[in-house]
Amino acid sequence: MKKFKEKLSGRVFFVLALSTISALVLITVFIFVNGMPLIAEVGLFNFIFGMSWAPEQGQFGIFPMIVGTVSVTLGAALLGIPVGICCSIFMAEFAPAMMKNIFRPAIQLLAGIPSVVYGFWGLIFIVPAISTHLGGVGMSILAGSIILAIMILPTIISISEVSLLALPRTYKEGALALGMTHWQTIRHVQLPAAKSGIVAGVILGIGRAVGETMVVIMVLGNSVALPESILDSVRTLTTNIGLEMGYAAGRHRQALFATGIVLFVIIMILNISAQYITRKKVK
Amino acid sequence: MADKIVINDLNFYYNQKQAINNLNMSIPANEIFSVIGPANSGITTLLRTLNRLCDLTPGIRIEGEIQLDNQSIYAPEVSVTELRRRVGIVFDVPTPLPMSIFDNIAYGPRLARKKNKKALAETVELALRQAALWEEVKDRLKIQAMSLSGGQQQRLCLARVLALEPEVILLDRPCSGLDPISTAKIEESLTELKKQFTIIISPHNTQQAARISDRVAFMLMGNLIEEGANMEVFSSPKDRRTSDYITGRFG
Repeated sequence: MKKFKEKLSGRVFFVLALSTISALVLITVFIFVNGMPLIAEVGLFNFIFGMSWAPEQGQFGIFPMIVGTVSVTLGAALLGIPVGICCSIFMAEFAPAMMKNIFRPAIQLLAGIPSVVYGFWGLIFIVPAISTHLGGVGMSILAGSIILAIMILPTIISISEVSLLALPRTYKEGALALGMTHWQTIRHVQLPAAKSGIVAGVILGIGRAVGETMVVIMVLGNSVALPESILDSVRTLTTNIGLEMGYAAGRHRQALFATGIVLFVIIMILNISAQYITRKKVK
Repeated sequence: MADKIVINDLNFYYNQKQAINNLNMSIPANEIFSVIGPANSGITTLLRTLNRLCDLTPGIRIEGEIQLDNQSIYAPEVSVTELRRRVGIVFDVPTPLPMSIFDNIAYGPRLARKKNKKALAETVELALRQAALWEEVKDRLKIQAMSLSGGQQQRLCLARVLALEPEVILLDRPCSGLDPISTAKIEESLTELKKQFTIIISPHNTQQAARISDRVAFMLMGNLIEEGANMEVFSSPKDRRTSDYITGRFG
């Protein structure tokens, strides 16, 4: 009887674990089945590098949205990475215990704020501020980048901090014993040693920025055009799906799924490279 | 001979627990000074107070005075990084940094005073020779230090300290994880090195202390029990506990 129970519990866990993977497989297959026909019809090159998006006229070019996604993500990375890494160094190396006890939950809380709240805050606060001080309507790459930068901070900070704390204590002691200052130790020994973990954190953060939808719908302005400055409005791949899925039908609907495929591939590449980099460290 | 290090009334606490009780000790220059005793005697703590690595541990408190060349090392104007260059340490486990053999040794000198490439290479070679490692690694200085054997890593750590040209070298059970041949090599180099440096070692057993030391101190539970010349302590210990320890009745 006992043996049977053991066996049964093993099976149950296996089935439940399988269901999560099958969800992934189902979604993937569904996206590809629905999106591929359109890509085949229009041609991969024309789809990705086409400049014009006019589903009613049968024009399906998503290049402006790829540029939109890349520019907003790049902006978020430029703002978020330095702040995030510095914050993780502070947390791992400088912060006294009391301060850590305040900082760590605060950063976790940052991750818990719903994205619609970020977007709302951006719309009410950041967008008008940009419009007043820098001109334009305010709905812009800059606004999206600022908010996304804040949103990816928790990912970057927590993963970088963990990889800094996971270093053997001997690195630090050995370096300090050689007469290095604390900062030299961090810069020349600890950061290089934790590099793979930090890079993985950064990539996962970027992945989050690429996939974020609600915030960018609210503050980017969503115009389908190549931006000329960071104060211009853009539309991202996620926005494109989010805005038009409500009324799309037929080829238009297929085109949105095709957009999803492109997004899916980008996120996959980011996640796989993050995993590859962390695994290399173990070796 | 002049005293390199003088310790006056040293008391050391980890939070409430006292690790060193009212210690007074003088360590002469250019000798090998062994501190022996069972685990938990405060020996590691003592070594780590001498180059202020203990500063890194939260919750410590130090009373008393430690002088290096007649200057208090805990005085506010003392530069800790400068002190650690003058008083190098080799730990009980090898602690190579995650970089090449060459860089491990060149690191300290590079930071201390930007030497040119040729001088740096000479410093590295000299340090490796002094640590009896040169012959084994001279053809592969660019490989990762982590890929060396434990004994080689430990000699690398010794070389790394030597390259800083310190005045005092602290060795905290440097041979505890090593094979007899590596141990013999390290002991041999230490005997050679004392001409140039003051060496304070916590040997991993009493035999090692007897082989290499000029002076020996015996510590027990944070107290200094006895201190004297090697021959004196080992052949005619004054304290009962010392003789019990060195004859292997406990510890």
